[in-house]
Amino acid sequence: MAEVVIVGAGPAGIRAAGVLAAQGLRPILVDEGRQAGGQGYRHPSPGLALDMDALMGTEAGKYRALHADFAELLPLIDYRPRTLVWGIEERRLHCMRDGRQMTIPFDVLVIATGAMDRVAPLPGWTLPGVFTLGGAQAVLKDQGCLIGRRVAFLGASPLLSLAALQYRKLSAQVVAVCDTSPFRDKIAALPRLAAVPRTLARGIAYLAALKSARVPLFHGVTPLAIEGDREVTALRFLDGRGRERRITCDAVALGYGLKPETQLAELAGARFAFDAHFRLWLPVTDEDGRAGEGLYLAGDGATIGGADAAEASGTLAALAVLHDLGLRPSVDERPALRRRLARLRRFQHGLARAFRWPGPALSRVPDEVTVCRCEHVTAGDIRRAMDADLGPVDVNRVKAITRCGMGRCQGRVCGPALQEIAAAHAGLEAEAVGRLRGQAPVKPIPIGLLAEEHA
Amino acid sequence: MGGGGGRDPTAEGRFIRAVPRDAERVRFTIDGRPAEAWSGDSLLAAILVTQPSLRQHEFDGGARAGFCLMGACQDCWVWSEKGERLRACTTPVAPGMAILTAPPMERFPHG
Repeated sequence: MAEVVIVGAGPAGIRAAGVLAAQGLRPILVDEGRQAGGQGYRHPSPGLALDMDALMGTEAGKYRALHADFAELLPLIDYRPRTLVWGIEERRLHCMRDGRQMTIPFDVLVIATGAMDRVAPLPGWTLPGVFTLGGAQAVLKDQGCLIGRRVAFLGASPLLSLAALQYRKLSAQVVAVCDTSPFRDKIAALPRLAAVPRTLARGIAYLAALKSARVPLFHGVTPLAIEGDREVTALRFLDGRGRERRITCDAVALGYGLKPETQLAELAGARFAFDAHFRLWLPVTDEDGRAGEGLYLAGDGATIGGADAAEASGTLAALAVLHDLGLRPSVDERPALRRRLARLRRFQHGLARAFRWPGPALSRVPDEVTVCRCEHVTAGDIRRAMDADLGPVDVNRVKAITRCGMGRCQGRVCGPALQEIAAAHAGLEAEAVGRLRGQAPVKPIPIGLLAEEHA
Repeated sequence: MGGGGGRDPTAEGRFIRAVPRDAERVRFTIDGRPAEAWSGDSLLAAILVTQPSLRQHEFDGGARAGFCLMGACQDCWVWSEKGERLRACTTPVAPGMAILTAPPMERFPHG
């Protein structure tokens, strides 16, 4: 029987495993996390008295169902938590578990690696107290900790208001929610957002809840700086009317939507195309998630769709696996799932319009601002390197010269900003400056581990 | 035994514990200083509830406290006394850990 391996145990990976197990397969589910659930449906660490129903609100039922289904699924699959997949070659995954090297052979690979926050640099964003928006939520769910006492939320994302409400629920003082996208963008996005009325209603309810809690909410802000010497002390920005404001805070949660973790898909041979809705390079798949021979992508790791789309696309990818293996379930659920997924993705395109990544506006990031926080490369370093270099304009070339994107995170954090800053400086469209290429190991591993493998 | 993991009014930490944890107390050290946490805490949480930042950046010398909090950005590396690199946001604290916030080689350049 074909060995099916799923990477990632969030909603997409869990649903894919469920479909395969129901047909009598015993997939291997590899999870870098210590507990299944992924980021959004993250389970609290042991002993934490966290009321997840209150925190998850309207999504509590889905959260519970996913974890309950996973508990039932566990005896039927080969679940491998705490296992980092750092490389793929010749139908083998190279992994590290508890500091030890191991390889996992596969015939069929389903990649459901999820997403992380997309961030835009601004002066002061490397100060202690600035964290990603998703991280601010993750540390709350996983550790029951808040990132500060007086917290500002900055960026362009529907999750700004959700996270702000979750922080308020746990007694943080939310000093401001600063959305860089103007309110008119939300109106313009309504036709697409109407594709999923329930989620649209949820978003409007968040805004209403913030308003009734008298949380200062700003649309169309221009971020100026995060102030502080050794840590965050204030956020300075222009409000929608162009008035400068300075808000005292000790933490900032920063997020401009999500970007998929595509490094493993790339190593597995997926092709990429620049997506105009998200202004991101996304792996190319067919509507069921096929990205190559024996290769399937699902969830936010394939394209940003949110948790509901992750469950649907995980199910659909696993059904595609079954069909391609010649194992046909009696009822063909695929047409209904495809329609549902199309609707959920149309909604995400609406969100990308309503909460727009600043994109070309990053041309205004001042020269002295750090873009690559690993290697300490500034916007000015990037522009000067491009001015001096007479070769073709390409982000990989900029990376080679400046080390921007070459550090510990391998461009995960600075990649989207580098793309925009380089394109704007060259006077080109974002996609015209190429795509930052990934390589193994996709996350840093001890040097000794490689030696162990080749011993 | 646990239940008391709520706010510590004496802590000058960056992170605030918003909910209690019912778990064993864990003793460890940060750069030689004794510290306490709860079993189940990540190293990052265990450290940042007691201090405002985690480490100094190796190039710009600025203070850092991690960033993505989900194992992607690698901004929260610390080291064990043996020199093992630990990603603080995804590594649970364990009794007796002796955590160094700079790599042992940098701290002991002649060692």
